[in-house]
Amino acid sequence: MPERNMIQAINVTLDQLLAEDARVMVFGEDVGKNGGVFRATEHLQDRHGEPRVFDTPLAESGIIGMAIGMAVGGLLPIAEIQFMGFLYPGLDQLMSHAGRLSARSQGQVKVPLVVRVPFGGGIRAPEQHADSIEALLVHAPGLKVVVPSTPYDAKGLLTAAVDDPDPVVVMEPIRLYRLGRQEVPDERYTVPIGTARVARPGSDLTVITWGNMVAVALDAAEALAAAGEVSVEVLDLRSLYPLDREAIGAAVSKTGRAVVLHEAPMTGGLGGEVVAAIQEVAFWSLQAPVERVAGPDVPYPPYAWEDFYLPNRARLTQAIRRTLKD
Amino acid sequence: MSESWPVAEVLSGGASDVPTAMQRRLYEDMILLRSFDERAINLQRQGRIGTFPPSLGQEASEIGSAHALRASDWVVPSYRDHGALMVHGLPLSNVVLFAMGRTPSLSSALRALPTSIPISTHLPHAVGLAIAAQKLGTDDVALAYFGDGGTSEGDFHEALNFAGVFKAPVIFFCQNNGWAISVPRARQTASETLAQKAVAYGIEGRRVDGNDVLAVYQVVSEAVARARRGEGPTLVESLTYRLGPHTTADDPSRYRSAEEYQDWKESRDPIQRMAGYLMAHGLLTAEEDQAMRQAAQERIQAEVEAAEALPPVEPAGMFQHVFAQAPSDLAAQRRRIEEAVPHA
Repeated sequence: MPERNMIQAINVTLDQLLAEDARVMVFGEDVGKNGGVFRATEHLQDRHGEPRVFDTPLAESGIIGMAIGMAVGGLLPIAEIQFMGFLYPGLDQLMSHAGRLSARSQGQVKVPLVVRVPFGGGIRAPEQHADSIEALLVHAPGLKVVVPSTPYDAKGLLTAAVDDPDPVVVMEPIRLYRLGRQEVPDERYTVPIGTARVARPGSDLTVITWGNMVAVALDAAEALAAAGEVSVEVLDLRSLYPLDREAIGAAVSKTGRAVVLHEAPMTGGLGGEVVAAIQEVAFWSLQAPVERVAGPDVPYPPYAWEDFYLPNRARLTQAIRRTLKD
Repeated sequence: MSESWPVAEVLSGGASDVPTAMQRRLYEDMILLRSFDERAINLQRQGRIGTFPPSLGQEASEIGSAHALRASDWVVPSYRDHGALMVHGLPLSNVVLFAMGRTPSLSSALRALPTSIPISTHLPHAVGLAIAAQKLGTDDVALAYFGDGGTSEGDFHEALNFAGVFKAPVIFFCQNNGWAISVPRARQTASETLAQKAVAYGIEGRRVDGNDVLAVYQVVSEAVARARRGEGPTLVESLTYRLGPHTTADDPSRYRSAEEYQDWKESRDPIQRMAGYLMAHGLLTAEEDQAMRQAAQERIQAEVEAAEALPPVEPAGMFQHVFAQAPSDLAAQRRRIEEAVPHA
C-alpha cells in the first residue's frame, strides 16, 4: 500500500472523486494551473479539464455562494478557501444560507457542498494565515465540520464529505500537510462523519483534541510514557459537528481525568463544549477538574511569537501533571 | 451617461407583438398579485399573519419578468418576490404560510430557492445554479431578484463579476423602486443608473420601465434568450416604485413625500396603465376586467382558507430537515423540547 503525506492523500482523493462522478467540481483561488498554494489540486486540471477544475475570481463569499447554487443545481462542488483566515467573508454564505436552505425549504432544497479550508499555525506563515475558527462553524446550525489529523483520515473524511447530502467544511491542518507519511489505500473508503478516533490508548488520563494539536498531544504522551511517568490516552475528535459524545464519555470514564487541547483562543472555543460534554456523560467518573490548554485570547500573533502562542509539549505536560495531582 | 442607457417602454407606443393571450395573462396575474397583497395587509392588520412585505406598485416588474421564464429555469427570489414565485408555480397558500411564521414546503418540482432575507447574498446562488445548468449541458437559466439597495452589497458585485467571468446564463433583475426602506436611491450609489454597473463586469445592462409590464416581459425575454444562446448574463434595471410600505411594520410617511407617492400612484400605476392599453386595443372589456378581479378574490380566499386550515406546528418541524439525517445531539434536543410540551 502506498505511503502518502496528507497533502498527497488529499490530492489523490480529489483525483479519484473527480474520476468517479462527473458532477464533482473542484475550484477556488489558484487551484487550476498552479495546483493550489499547498498543491492539493496539483495536476487535477490537466487530468480532468478546465470545466471540472477551475480558478475563480478572488472573492470568498462569491466562491461559497456560487458553490451553494451549484450544489442545489445538481453538482457536487468542492470549493477551496485558501486559508481559514480568509474564510470570514464566506461565513455569511455558510451561516446565512448553506446551513439553512434545507430547513428553510422543508428538505426540498439540499446543499451537498464541500468546503476545504487549510487552517492553524505552526509554519511561520504571514499574519492572518493561521486562524482556527472551528467554534464559529460548529455554532452555525446545519453545517458539519470535520478535521483530519492523518493522511488516512484526510482521504476518508473528504470522501465522506462528498457523499454527505449536507454541507460539510473540511478543515485541513496546514502543519500536518507534510509532517508524516502513512499508508493510504488506493481504493475508495470513507471515515464516518461523527466518529472520534483513539489516536493513542492510555489508562491514566485522556487528552481530547483535534487537528494540528493531535501531533502535540501524541508527542507529550510519548515523552511521559518514555519517562515511565503516566499513561496518556489521546482522543482525536476528527468530527467537530456532530461531536462523538459517546467516544468522549467512554474515554473519560475509563481514565477519570481529562485535558482538552486546541490551538484556537480559549474563550468561547470548542474546548468549552467538550468540557460540558464530559460533565454530562462522565461526571461521576471524574477524579479531577478538567483542564483546558488552548491559544490565548489574542489575535494570532506574527510568527516571532508563534511558539509562545501555540500550545506545546511543555504546556500540555504541565496541565497533565496538574490534573493528575488531585 | 443616461442617454446611452435608454429606458425601454412599450405601452406608450403602438401595439405590442407580445401574443394577445400573454398580454391578458400578464394583466390577470397583476390583478391577482395586487389583490393578494391587499388581502395580506388586511390579514396582518387582523393579526392573522405576521409582518408582510407587499409589492404594491411593482406588479409589472414581478409578473412581466417571471413570465419570461419556463418551468425548468431557476427563480432566485428576495423577500418581496412572491409575485414572481406565484407565476413560477408557488401556491399562494405557501406565501400565506410564510407570513404566518411557518416554513412552507416548496415543491421539489418548483425550480426556486426559498426567498432570501439577507440582501443580495442570494445573487451568487443564481450564478451557481446557472453554472450548474451550463455544466450539465442544459440551456436553463437562473433569474435573481433584488432591489436598488441590494446593489450596494459586496455579494452583488461578486455575483456579477463571477457571472461575467464564467459567462453564466443568469439574469440579475434589479427592481429599482427608489427606496431601500427609508434610504433613497441617491444614497446607495453615485452612479447615474444602476444598469451601467454592468459595464464594469463586462456584461450586458438594460433599463426598462418597470411599470410597463409588456416592456419588462420583452426586455427580460431578450435577456433570457441571450443567456440560453450562451451569450452570458444581463443586469436589468427595472424602474418602478413601491407604493406601499417596505413591510407592514413600516410607515413610509416618515421618509418620503405625499407628492412623490401621488405622482406614481395616479399617473404610473402599472395595472391602470395595462388596463388602459388593453381596452384601447380592444383586448379587454370592463366586464372581463370585473370577472378577473372576482376570480382573483375567490382564488385568494381559497388559498387563505387552505393555509389557515392547517393544524398548529409541532416542535418536530424545526428539527426535521436541518440535516438529511438528524445527528444524535439534535434528536436529544428535540426530545427534551417535546417532553416539555403540555398535552391537550
